[in-house]
Amino acid sequence: MIDFGFSLSKSSSIKLDEVDLSLYRRLEEVEPGVRICMGCGSCSATCNASKWSGMSVRKVILDLQRGRDMKEMLSCCMLCGKCSMVCPRGINTRHLILSLCRLYESGK
Amino acid sequence: MDNRKILVIGGGVAGLEASKQLLRLGLHPVIVERSERLGGHVAGWYKLFPDMRPASDVVNQLVEGVKGATVYLNTRVAYMNRLKDGFSVMLGNGTGLHCRAVLITTGFRLFEAARKEEYGYGVYDRVITNSDLEAWFGGEADGRIPDNPRTVAFVHCVGSRDLKAGNQQCSKVCCMTAVKQAIEMKEKFPDAEIWCFYMDLRLFGKKYEDFYINAQQQYGVHFVRGRVSEVSEDIAGRVVLKAEDTLTGHPVKLSADLLVLMSGMLCNRDTESLAAMVRAEVDSDGFLRSRDNICNVNESNRPGVFFAGACTGAKTVPETLAEARAAALAVYNYMSGND
Amino acid sequence: MIFEGKQKIWSDYQKEIPSDGWFYVRSCIRQNFFPASEKYFLAVCRDLLGHDIYETRHHTTCGGIAYHSDTIPQETAMTIVARQFALMKEAGYKNLVTSCITSFGNYTEILETWREFPELEARIRENLWKATRREFDKPEHLAHASDLVYKFRGEIAERAKFRLVDKTAGRPLRIVEHIGCHYSKMFPHKGIGGAEYPCVLSGMVEAWGGEVVDYPERRHCCGFGFRQYLVKANRGYSVSNTHKKFESMEPYHPDAIITNCPGCPYFLDRWQYVIAEQTGKTYGSGGFGIPVLTYEELAGLVLGYDPWDLGLQLHQVAVEPLLDKIGIEYDPSAKYLGLDRKDIMRPGLPEVLKCC
Repeated sequence: MIDFGFSLSKSSSIKLDEVDLSLYRRLEEVEPGVRICMGCGSCSATCNASKWSGMSVRKVILDLQRGRDMKEMLSCCMLCGKCSMVCPRGINTRHLILSLCRLYESGK
Repeated sequence: MDNRKILVIGGGVAGLEASKQLLRLGLHPVIVERSERLGGHVAGWYKLFPDMRPASDVVNQLVEGVKGATVYLNTRVAYMNRLKDGFSVMLGNGTGLHCRAVLITTGFRLFEAARKEEYGYGVYDRVITNSDLEAWFGGEADGRIPDNPRTVAFVHCVGSRDLKAGNQQCSKVCCMTAVKQAIEMKEKFPDAEIWCFYMDLRLFGKKYEDFYINAQQQYGVHFVRGRVSEVSEDIAGRVVLKAEDTLTGHPVKLSADLLVLMSGMLCNRDTESLAAMVRAEVDSDGFLRSRDNICNVNESNRPGVFFAGACTGAKTVPETLAEARAAALAVYNYMSGND
Repeated sequence: MIFEGKQKIWSDYQKEIPSDGWFYVRSCIRQNFFPASEKYFLAVCRDLLGHDIYETRHHTTCGGIAYHSDTIPQETAMTIVARQFALMKEAGYKNLVTSCITSFGNYTEILETWREFPELEARIRENLWKATRREFDKPEHLAHASDLVYKFRGEIAERAKFRLVDKTAGRPLRIVEHIGCHYSKMFPHKGIGGAEYPCVLSGMVEAWGGEVVDYPERRHCCGFGFRQYLVKANRGYSVSNTHKKFESMEPYHPDAIITNCPGCPYFLDRWQYVIAEQTGKTYGSGGFGIPVLTYEELAGLVLGYDPWDLGLQLHQVAVEPLLDKIGIEYDPSAKYLGLDRKDIMRPGLPEVLKCC
């Protein structure tokens, strides 16, 4: 292989119909409320950890729907429950995070 | 001479409801409809949100209500001249009329989806519009719709909120129509994944948000905030969409078996020339200009010329019907010298 | 795919192209990349078909590459272009045809800018006068050379010795067309067929017996991207764009690619070698690449000119499999003989991409 000093770049494009949704589907089973998130960002705006760690429940939900591994972000959550207080759709976000942690644990 | 004649231009739901009310108020509406049937766009629709009532029920009920009115089908207005006490009108079929007032209920036309060339309407085999889908729901055959689609995509705001396409208005009803049609598709094809690509979801009306929540919760419809920028066709004949998922900040691609374009609403082409005959004005949005947009939406700037329905801007069916009733009252008041 | 739907769009994007009275300006890079293309544009359109096309050796680059790579300001490019217009006026011509897509885009952009900002045009007139004591008229018609070949495609088909058909398999050749971004993406109404479904090249392919391949990444950039290639740190983006196109067209098994831009055929051709080295993958059959031709080269081939006179030996991807499919005879031993029949030496053969 010749080293040209440059190489193919990785595409950031997501193929929506090829995304692996198995984890998200399992989360939907235990937390059906996850489906009605409308991405308003109230949870992230009020999050006590977001400013320092980038924690965002909105991102966790959306990125799971795009097939990404969100395990690392979950570890930033302090489980304070502030996000559950503000969700206009009444999603039990704190419980959702715990359920997701459990799914990651069981998938080990 | 019958001095109670009111010319109603357009036999869609606005013209029908207004005529029904005019009859009740003791006036004599003359409905002039350019097509061969009454009911306008609604007559081509399958079910109406939010109650999912068959559109044909509504149209039949309205048509029933205009018994006693004079109706000319397949007829256009050739000219109208203002007289001292009304308007002299010549119809395309050679009939001459003398009317006391003119009610314009010419409605809207759908944006021609083919003009958004990047979406490939009329070029790719699996691309249809909201009205094509509705006709198919109503039983019309459509070879573009596959037997068992696995993936169906809806694109909101096709030719609306689009300055470049010459229509910066929000067409208002299409977000709700997309959610309604997404649910109907999921009901027909429970195994299909349904995707809606939107810029903003504008679900303003009674029970609309219920539809949205239902679409998410019960039907698992996916909503992606991003406008589709390009559609192509792959070797299997599926459509390939490119958009940005603006909430994740990533470009996304989707291969779909069917693409539904939510064509927006524009003012009808011949409305402008009709308005010119009675010197009514056209607004900057291309729709007719009301005397004002708060208190006198039904009235033009000219005495004796009234509007109802989507000729002044995009409207839902219940809004149109409410406006039609208000217009009938405005005409009545004008005739009685109460205005 | 609904062909009539495309035809409907094409009818919205037609432009007036006179048959004669053209002042021809060459590309600054095509003669290095595809040394016979411009020569055969004149040989076919002027000498064979007898149309009035004139060129002067006094003309220069349009400054387009320097403009697109941020080396000169647009006013400089405008003054260079103004000088070309002055040469056209002095030669007694009113229509200007460019060999290069970026030139075409550059000229179009300049004319449109002057239309909107006449004071800028006045300043450029002054610049040109101060610098060269020349005066110019704007062209009545501006075309790209492929517009002319498109217009003459029927005349070429009548004289064709070969059709774009796989002789053995008895089927039309599957041809990918690539118009180049600067042809019509900036000003869709200046290109034949517009920007979403252009027909300038597909029209030639169909007139000469081939079948056009429409694949998902058809509208995507070839991979040149000017600064994406010119700056080495960005060069990965350049080859990635090309790679994306080849991955997308692969399932259609194209027999060839036709282009009308200087950069596009170069990058679609050369990057096949780089992609092969980097990924081990080739996109033609039997380890070969997909031959990439300019529209003049393709016209030359169907008219029966010798492939080596057309300069096809300078391509990275071997053209021989394509010549064999069409049934064009060629002398392999003459491939690397120059115009004076002397040996011009042979390039080393790559390890992955199969070449002749």
